[in-house]
Amino acid sequence: MWTFIKKEFFHIFRDYRSMIILFGIPVIQVLLFGFAITNDVNNAKVAVLDHSKDPVTREITQKILSSNYFQLQQYLKSDNEIKPAFRKGNIKEVIVFEPHFAQKLNTEGKAHIQLILDATNPNTASILNNYTNGIINTYTLEKMKKENKLPTELNIHTTMMYNPELKSAFMFVPGIMTVILMLVSAMMTSISITREKELGTMEALLVSPVKPQVIILGKVTPYVALSSVIFVIIVALSRFVFGMPIRGSLLLLFGESLLFLIMALSLGILISTVSKSQQQAMLLSMFVLMMPTILLSGFIFPIENMPLFLQYLSDLMPGKWFIIIIKNIMLKGNGIEYFWKDTIIIIVMTLFFLGVSIKKFNVRLEPSSKKK
Amino acid sequence: MSLAVTINNISKSYPTTEALKNVSLDIKANELFGFIGPDGAGKTTLFRILTSLILPDKGTGSIGNFDIIKNYRDIRKVVGYMPGRFSLYGDLSVEENLQFYARLFKTSIKENYDLIEDVYQQIEPFKKRRAADLSGGMKQKLALSCALIHKPQLIILDEPTTGVDAISRKEFWALLKKMQQKDITILVSTPYMDEAALCDRVALMQEGSVLTIDSPDQIVNNFSGKILGIKTDHMHPLLYDLQQMDHPNQVYRFGAFVHLVTHEDTAAYSKKIKTFLEKKGHDNIVVEEQKASIEDCFLALMNKPETP
Repeated sequence: MWTFIKKEFFHIFRDYRSMIILFGIPVIQVLLFGFAITNDVNNAKVAVLDHSKDPVTREITQKILSSNYFQLQQYLKSDNEIKPAFRKGNIKEVIVFEPHFAQKLNTEGKAHIQLILDATNPNTASILNNYTNGIINTYTLEKMKKENKLPTELNIHTTMMYNPELKSAFMFVPGIMTVILMLVSAMMTSISITREKELGTMEALLVSPVKPQVIILGKVTPYVALSSVIFVIIVALSRFVFGMPIRGSLLLLFGESLLFLIMALSLGILISTVSKSQQQAMLLSMFVLMMPTILLSGFIFPIENMPLFLQYLSDLMPGKWFIIIIKNIMLKGNGIEYFWKDTIIIIVMTLFFLGVSIKKFNVRLEPSSKKK
Repeated sequence: MSLAVTINNISKSYPTTEALKNVSLDIKANELFGFIGPDGAGKTTLFRILTSLILPDKGTGSIGNFDIIKNYRDIRKVVGYMPGRFSLYGDLSVEENLQFYARLFKTSIKENYDLIEDVYQQIEPFKKRRAADLSGGMKQKLALSCALIHKPQLIILDEPTTGVDAISRKEFWALLKKMQQKDITILVSTPYMDEAALCDRVALMQEGSVLTIDSPDQIVNNFSGKILGIKTDHMHPLLYDLQQMDHPNQVYRFGAFVHLVTHEDTAAYSKKIKTFLEKKGHDNIVVEEQKASIEDCFLALMNKPETP
């Protein structure tokens, strides 16, 4: 058994490129997801088309631009320039003030501002829309206050629980953790087992009196160790680079992750028993594991918004439950009493995959060679 | 104690081919037994059945007292198997590979060093080298060491000399002979017919059937025809021209000669060939009777039209 583990470590450490990929990818992915792929909008480029050019419009423009959400790209002179400006592509919003804005506001008590948004990215567009509306509303309220025309005052106090700054990293980190752990564990084990098949060394292993359980265990153990190291790296990164809190018990976090790891590894074994080559194993883990985990686990798209059919499907994703658990521990600081159900689901999945894969992993060459 | 092997009526089919058709064999303990046959003859399938890697569709077999289907665990302990493909870890060194296989069988290099000494000595100077960087011949010697490390009573070698240079092949066979003296039954397959002469007995296989089983000498003795070696200045068209002759003779290239198998009187037939070839425009015609080699016998057996 120890022999297997030692040999597997030799394989891993002698293959420098894989090593770099193994440790480099998680780090890069976490950083990428944390920094680049974010829903927060900063410094969106806007253009202003001011038909009025009076003190009021200037004041409003100033207010909008002084927030760090927006950055003035250019002033437009006529309606005809709006479309070309968008076409160039870097402008996300155009703010249009109607002619005689201040005058109308004074005489009629109302004036119009038009917001034109580039909705190729609907998310950004609606966020920008909200920001601009908010700024303009604040301005109106202030103006009314000054003129003592204050209507009944409605104060809304919003508290953002668990993520007061609304950092999207808080949402991505649990997801990315799940995906990476899944990928590394499942893909690496399935590849390393199919590699033995491909090289023909599986033949040599099978003719030895070593039991298949020992072969599998020997294959898996090094990857449990590796994935644990990777997990620690991710947690450290999310803690110190993104300031992600770990409000719950660290021990519990590791315990649950270990469970999830073992689940992913047994999935990897299962994949290796059905695939004939390394390539097949890789593709299988990519499409069967990674894509659904990203799309259906609630990592990117909220599960509640999915069609019912997909919601049921997402229940089958081990990643979904793990993300719930991580969020519970890291963000809410909850104890096991809040997510024992999810834990049990993962345990059941683990046992199921482990059982099936041990059953499928045959003591002979044949079953795998029959399935062509 | 070396082990005897018995196989009774074993058949095995794959989805597209029938790999083994009713094969029966008896191999004595401590025999150096060869399986000769072209690719696809069923040698590897037979070996995989013997090593319990695959199950036969029907038929029975035993190694020593162990049934090849029921007692596969016991068989795996006493059999050493060297697969046809190089199946060691290329990224591990020679020594690490050997150690790994020793540990698989819960033994150590030291414990059985006397057994592998002859083989391992030849690769020991390179023991720190990665197995992937070894030459073909050395890879096979390492694989043999690994197959021997647990002191098996029977070793099964699947085409150990394929893709190995002539000198290494000779060395390898010399090693096998030595192993035999250490009381091990050896089953070896090869596509090279000349290697058949080095075995105690050989089974000639073709398309899943065993054509003949005998000692190499006996096979030669049993050969009924006569061999005429023919050589001319125009070797290229010679084979084609000879095929045009009256009888459905067997004609094939053999080293510097073309061999022709005949059952007629050699002197008269030689003359007939000479005149025939002169007409076809060949010069410097040499026709001589040659002793049948084991290869001639195999070729004759393999080409024999199937008679009921």
